[in-house]
This record gives sequence, C-alpha cells and structure tokens, in this order.
Amino acid sequence: MEEIYSIKPLIAVLIPALAAILNLLFSRQPNIREFWTIAAAVAMFGVIFSLLPDVLAGRQPEISLLNIAPGIALALRVDTVGLIFALSASFLWIITSFYSIGYMRTLNEKKQTRYYASFALCLFSTIGFAFSANLLTFVIFYEILTLVTYPLVIHKESPAAISAGRKYLVYLLSGGLALIAAAALTYYYAGTGDFVSGGFLSNLAGQPNLMLLFVLFLLGFGVKSALMPLQGWLPTAMIAPTPVSALLHAVAVVKAGVFGFVRVIGDVFGPGLFHDIGAWQILAVMASITIVISSLLALYQDNLKRRLAYSTVGHLSYIVLGISLLSTTAWTGGLIHLVNHATLKITLFFCAGAIYAKTHIEKISELNGIGRQMPVTLGAFTLAAIGLIGIPPLSGFNSKWLIGQGALEAGAGWAMGLLLLSGLLNAAYLLPVIRRAFFTRPDKPLKFAEASLFMVIPLLIAAALSLYLGMFPDGIFHIYQLASDTAARVLDGVIR
Amino acid sequence: MTIDQLPVIIPVSLLIFTCLTLLFGFLRKSLAFPIALTGMAVSLAASILGLVQVLLYGPQSYQLGGWAPPIGIEYVLDHLSAFMAVLITFISFISLIYSRHSFAREVPDKVVPLYALLLLLVAGMVGIVVTGDLFNVFVFLEIASLAGYAVMAIGHEKAPVATFRYIIIGTIGACFYLLGVGFLYFATGTLNMADIARLLPDLYESRLILAAAVFIVIGMALKMALFPFHIWLPDVYTYAPSGVVSLVAPLMTKVGAYVIIRMLVSVFGPGFLSEGFPLMAVLGWLGAAAIVIGSILAIAQSDLRRMLAYSSIAQIGYVALGIGLNNPLGLIGAMLHILNHAFMKACLFQVAGGIRYRTGLWQIPMLAGLGRKMPWTMAAFTIGAISMVGIPPAAGFFSKWYLVLSSIEAHNWVFVIVIIISSLLNAVYFFRILEKAYASPESGNELVNTASDPPASMTVSIMVLAAGILILGLINAIIITNVLQPVVKLIS
Repeated sequence: MEEIYSIKPLIAVLIPALAAILNLLFSRQPNIREFWTIAAAVAMFGVIFSLLPDVLAGRQPEISLLNIAPGIALALRVDTVGLIFALSASFLWIITSFYSIGYMRTLNEKKQTRYYASFALCLFSTIGFAFSANLLTFVIFYEILTLVTYPLVIHKESPAAISAGRKYLVYLLSGGLALIAAAALTYYYAGTGDFVSGGFLSNLAGQPNLMLLFVLFLLGFGVKSALMPLQGWLPTAMIAPTPVSALLHAVAVVKAGVFGFVRVIGDVFGPGLFHDIGAWQILAVMASITIVISSLLALYQDNLKRRLAYSTVGHLSYIVLGISLLSTTAWTGGLIHLVNHATLKITLFFCAGAIYAKTHIEKISELNGIGRQMPVTLGAFTLAAIGLIGIPPLSGFNSKWLIGQGALEAGAGWAMGLLLLSGLLNAAYLLPVIRRAFFTRPDKPLKFAEASLFMVIPLLIAAALSLYLGMFPDGIFHIYQLASDTAARVLDGVIR
Repeated sequence: MTIDQLPVIIPVSLLIFTCLTLLFGFLRKSLAFPIALTGMAVSLAASILGLVQVLLYGPQSYQLGGWAPPIGIEYVLDHLSAFMAVLITFISFISLIYSRHSFAREVPDKVVPLYALLLLLVAGMVGIVVTGDLFNVFVFLEIASLAGYAVMAIGHEKAPVATFRYIIIGTIGACFYLLGVGFLYFATGTLNMADIARLLPDLYESRLILAAAVFIVIGMALKMALFPFHIWLPDVYTYAPSGVVSLVAPLMTKVGAYVIIRMLVSVFGPGFLSEGFPLMAVLGWLGAAAIVIGSILAIAQSDLRRMLAYSSIAQIGYVALGIGLNNPLGLIGAMLHILNHAFMKACLFQVAGGIRYRTGLWQIPMLAGLGRKMPWTMAAFTIGAISMVGIPPAAGFFSKWYLVLSSIEAHNWVFVIVIIISSLLNAVYFFRILEKAYASPESGNELVNTASDPPASMTVSIMVLAAGILILGLINAIIITNVLQPVVKLIS
C-alpha cells in the first residue's frame, strides 16, 4: 500500500465545517444559507470522488496535521473502506440537502439555521471519522458526531423531543466513554493507535485483557450501530425531522458505529486475533439476535418512521454479521450492504417524510389508499421495499447474496438460514404498507397531490440509485471493487 | 531592570502597583482600574518573557538582596514556576478586564480597595510559585490568603460569614504548612528548596521528615479544598462578587496543588512520598472521592454559581488524583488539568457573572430561553461545558485522557472507572443547563426576555477564555513536550 501526501482529505473534511459557519452567517437570508449547504455538499462530494482513482490504484492519500498528544498526530488517511463510507455519506448529503429544503419549508419549521449548521457539522465529523488514520483521531470525531447530532434530535423542542435527546445523550456519551477507555487501553498495550490493515495488536496474543478491550469497543460501537440490547435510543430519536432520520439515523451516525467495527476488526485487532480470542462468535451471535428481534419488533410498529427505525437496527446488524464471519466474501457483502442499505433506507425515509409533509400522517394504519394521492412517492417506496427484502435486481439482493455465500464459506450455514428468515420478516413488515397504500380503499376520496418537487426528485434519485447499484454493483462508484479490495487486504492470509 | 531580575519582577511589580492603585484611587476613583490593569499587564509581560527565557536558556535564578542561597532568599523560574506564573497572570489579567463592569454594578463604592486587594492577591499567588524558599512560600501564602479573605468578604451580606469559615480552615492549613516547614528546618537547618533536596536523601529514615511531609500535604489539601476539607468553598464562591470569583475560583485552589507538586518534584522526591507511608496514595484516593462526591453534589444544585463551586471541588479532585498516581503521566495530567480547569472555570464563572449582570438571575430553572438572548455568552458556556464533560477536541478531554492513561499504567482500575463515570455525571449537570438555555420554550420571564450579551469588555473576555479552551486542546502536545515534560524529568 503506497501512501501519498494529499491535502484533499483535509479539504473534504473542512468544507462542511465552513458550510456550518456560512449557514450561521447567513441565517437571515434563507436562500443564500441553503445555497451554501448545497454548494458545500456538491464540492465535498467532488473532492471525495476525485480521490477514487488514486485509491483504486492502490494508493492511500494521507495528511498528518499537528500532534494532538505527544507522539500522536491528528491524521487523515483515505483507504478503500473509508472511501466507501465517505462516498455514500457525501453523495447522499447532496440529495438530502435538497430534500431538507423541501421538507423544512413545507412544514415551516423553526430554527432552520441551527438545523442546517448542525447537519453540516454532522457531515464534517462523519467524513473525519471515515478518514481518521489513528484511534485518537477516530475518538475525537466520534465524540463530535455525538455532540452535533444532539441539536437535531431535540429540534422540535417538545417535551418528547427533549426526553429523546436525553436518552440519546445518555446512550451515546456512555458509548463514547467506553470507546475512550478502549482507546486508552489500546495505546497502553500497543504504544500506538495507527490503523494497520490486518491489525497491530497481534503481538499481544494471549493477553488476558484483550477480551475486556473488545467488550469496551463493543459497547462504544454497539451503541452507535444500535446493536441489541444497546439500540434503545434509535427508535426514540425518530422524533427528529425526517431528513435527519434519513441521512443520520440511517446512514451517517449509525453507519459510523458499523464502520467502527470494521476498523476495530480489520485494522486494530486484525481478523486472526479477533477470531482467536473468540470475539467473532460474540459479535455474530449478537448481530443475529438483533436481526431477528428487531424485525419482529418492526412488525408491531404502527408509526411508519419507527417501523423503519427497527428495520434499520436489523439491517445494520447484517453488516456487522457479514464482517464478523471473517470470510472474504462475507466482508465484501457486508461493506456493500453498508452502501446498499443507505440508498434503500434513505428512499424509504424520504417517502415517509414526503407523506408526513403533505398529509401529516405518521401512522401506517391511516395510510389507506395513499397510493392514489401520491403514486410517485409510493412507487419509489415499493421499489426500495423490494430492494430491502432482497429481490433482484434491486441493490439489497447482491449484498445479501454475498453475505450468505460468505457464511457458507465460513462454515456458518445457520447464518444463511437467518438471512432467509429475516428476508421473509422484511417482507412481512414492509409489504403491508404497500398493500394499504395501493390496494385498500381510502376513507375519503383522494386526488393526485404529490409533495414538493424538492422532496419528490431526491427520493426518485435515491430510488434510481438503488436500482443502479443493484444492476451495476461496480458502476461509477466502484463500490464492489473497493469492498473486495478491502476484504482481500484485511483478510490476507487468514483462511476462513 | 535587567533580564535576570525577571523572577522577582513578576511579584514585585504587582506589589508596587497595589500601592499605586490605592494612592491614585483615593485621588480619583476612576484611576484605580487603569492602574491595576497596567500592573497586571506588566506582571503578565514579565511572566511571558520569563517563560520564553526558561524555554530558550533553561531555569533562571535571582538572589534577593544579593545574598547567596542558602542564607539568602532565592527566586527561581523553572519550567513549572514559569508555567504557573503565566497561567496565574493571564487569567488574572482577563478577569480584571472582565471585572470592571461587574464591580461597577455589584459593589460600586468599593472598587478602589477591591482592585488593590486583587493585585495583592495575585502578587501572593505568583510569589508562591516563583520563590525557591519554603518560608517565603508561607509569607506569600499569607499575603494571598489575607487579600483573598478580604475580597471574598465584600459583596453579598452572607459573604462575611462564608469567608469566616474559610479563614478558620485556611489558617489551619497555613499552620500545618508552617509546622511542616519548621520540622524540615529543624532537620536540615535550611529553608532553601534546592538545599533541602540535597540534604534530604540522608535523612529519609527520620520520622521528623515524614511528619513534615504529612503536615505540608495536609495543609495544602486544606488550601486546595480537597475533599473532605471542601466545606468552606461552595458558600464563598456563591456569595463573593462575580469579578472576584472569576479570578479566585480558577487559581486559588490550584496554588495549593502547585505547592504539593513542587514538594514532590523539587524537595522530597517521588520515592519518599510513596514508599513507607503511602501519602501520595492517600492524596489520590481523596481526589477520587472528591470527583465522585463533588459531581454528585453539583447535580443536586439549582443555583448556577453553587453548581460551579461543587464542580470545582470535583475538578480539584482530578488534580489530586493525578498527583497521587505519582507517575510521570499522572503528573502531566494533573498539571495540564490545572491549566485547562483554570480556563474552563474562569470562563464558566464569567458566564454566570454575565448572566447575573444582565438578568440578576442565577437559578438554573429560570434560565430557559437564554441561548437566544445571550448568544455569545451561552456559546462560550457551551464550549466550557463540553470541555468540563471531557468531549474532544476541547481541552478538558486531554487532561482526562492522560489521567486515564496514567491510571491504566498504575493498574488502578478504580481510578479509570471514576474518571469515566465522572464524565457522565458532569454531562448530567451541564447538559441540563444547555437544554434549558437552548431547547426549553421561552419562560416569558421578563428578566430573560430583555437580556442581551453583557458589555463588550465582559463578552470579549468570556470569548477569549472560550477560544482558549479550544486552542489549548489543539496545542496540548506542544505544551506538554516543551513545558511539562521537563518538569516531569526531574522525578524520573
């Protein structure tokens, strides 16, 4: 792996921070304020996309800033897996920004400046997190991400929102502290925290405290990735505005937790050590239980966003399951699912938000015949639902297929069965929504009336992207190649 | 004046300007502030220059009256004392700028003696850190304490009673220290720190030396309000004028911590204080208890100033814990926390004073909606709060990070858990206020609705401190490698 000096990762991280400042400066001119958000989103995606050729060619653009502690630099490095995460988050920020404009203006929400500024800061910390080159930098961006999401959770400022905010903070700050303890232990044992493909703790094999270290990491990232029983904050946080649920609570924040597992298994412990201490079994079993229980819980939710939230909990665990199986194919599948689930789930949330903005309906039981009023939105919903269930040619299929195949390679046939079962459960909680929308007679006659184009177009783009990624997994973004390169590099020499 | 007189200029300039402030203040009241500020600026400049000298050429020493130590009194600027001198004079300078409007509002008829006494207080504190003589430390300690009692007793009608308790406890602390110094003098026949350090290794078996160490450390624990000697602190910080608290709270208790660190690195040596009688371990465990109990009591407060006072008790616990760990990382964490906490607490108390200036309020439940009315002030409060909780990249995270690393190195898992849990407790009482200020519906309270950011001099000094918190976080590695590691080298 050749490391090259590049200022691009720093620029990519700083653009959204600058956008947040500009948002605050132009708080009284909404159109200019939103212009900066869009401009920053496009610019950031452009910079990140321009890193793709280098990374595909096997180079790692890297920049090291000042020392943040003696001997530990604040350093950014772009590798294949970081780029997967950054590409998906930054591209989806563009369409989410347009969607936000439609959503926030339709509903006439207050404190929009705080909303846009916090949103930009979330992207700042997400991209910083994706590009962190060592554990301490990682921890710093993790904590910033926790903090700047808080204003978005309490955005409504209703008593329910404030209590959701408290719950969010208690869960996420506790997780963050576990992570800080884990990072401190790592630096103590290894004397370094620089991520290395294949891990840098392998010389500590036999250390009795490795299990403790893993459990601390598990708490830290388990909270963020909503692994059961640490998922409590996520459904509650659905009280935030829908674009927040869509981008942050389906993509950026929660995927940061999953991404944390990817880093810890691949670049801290290393798959060999991770397997030898038996941690993979713990993680795989927890993920499996989460998949089943969250899907069952989703069945009982009448609030559409809450149902989608439980579905998110389950799908995050697909990724965790995929990487904990430690086979090349399953790793590839897990990483691809990180992107696939992002586009699918953001489509579903966008649809839920569009329905809410147009009709103020939140409950599934009140959606009778809504497909006649909003056929385009519900059409996109149907497409994404099919993808999430795992039916080709939508994008959910190929990642599930790879995870399943990897499970068989790893000799974990039970995981294959689990995937089939959860596919059925996915169908069971998503299809009734579609049935109600299209095949149930509405309570009162409905006329065609879609939400603002600012919402409809982004959700159509997200749906189209899901279709595209399903048919061309290695299309323009080269997600498949990035994922399989990562898997090959990390799992090099580990035979599973 | 020449450059080698720097160690003595730092405190003496303040003493001179104390007299000038009184003199011109009686001629014309409005002259007191500019003269006091000039004195502070001179001392600050001398301290910064002193730190630069130390960094470039190593420790500086000055012999008072030309008498060579150990007979004469020696003033020493090394990495530790220059670091403390810059910290003390900088925070005092900022607090002085801040205090002008707040004094004019809260104690308009007492500003002249207040400024003179504040300078005297700062002179005492910097005197303690630059002197190389144990008895001289006591003299400056008394100067600082007496001036401190006076400035804190001004203000609220309950302030004199609160301060009286502090006088009693503070005097006991000073007596303990003096006893300890007396024992050392008895055993070694000298008061010069370097000289004692040279003579001590032969006397380590002596019970007299052990008694001296115990007396000095307990005396200073009283001065730094370490649990269970903290009872005087909350009332004093609650009732003193805000301009005074913003200077006293960040610095006064830290001077006690400085004396303990000084004893550890330059007089006794770390081995003596941990072998045989586990004095350092006791200090560390008291610190851990202070962290937990201070944080829990802070949660129970509904008065903003009182909450910050209890938080100070917890924060001094981190410093004691770091010193008590008695390894290089722990000492670095403790010294860094002295610095970080000074900035954080000065910032937070200034915000509390600013809120009081504009609204007259200090009850937390009544602060609803303040985030919109006082945007800069509450933004600074947010930064201070984040740092207190220990969320990176704010400075507070890094001192806790080194303390956690040091606890792990010492295999003291209880300390690790205490530091971790205390962050959560801090989050509870700070986010409660942020939630009130930013997310609660406006209360319709007339006092809040008409509020705005305090006058420019107050807002600017608050913002400087808030910016300082973020900058210190980013440059902590520079401070550690250049300033703090040379201090630690003395013991390793």
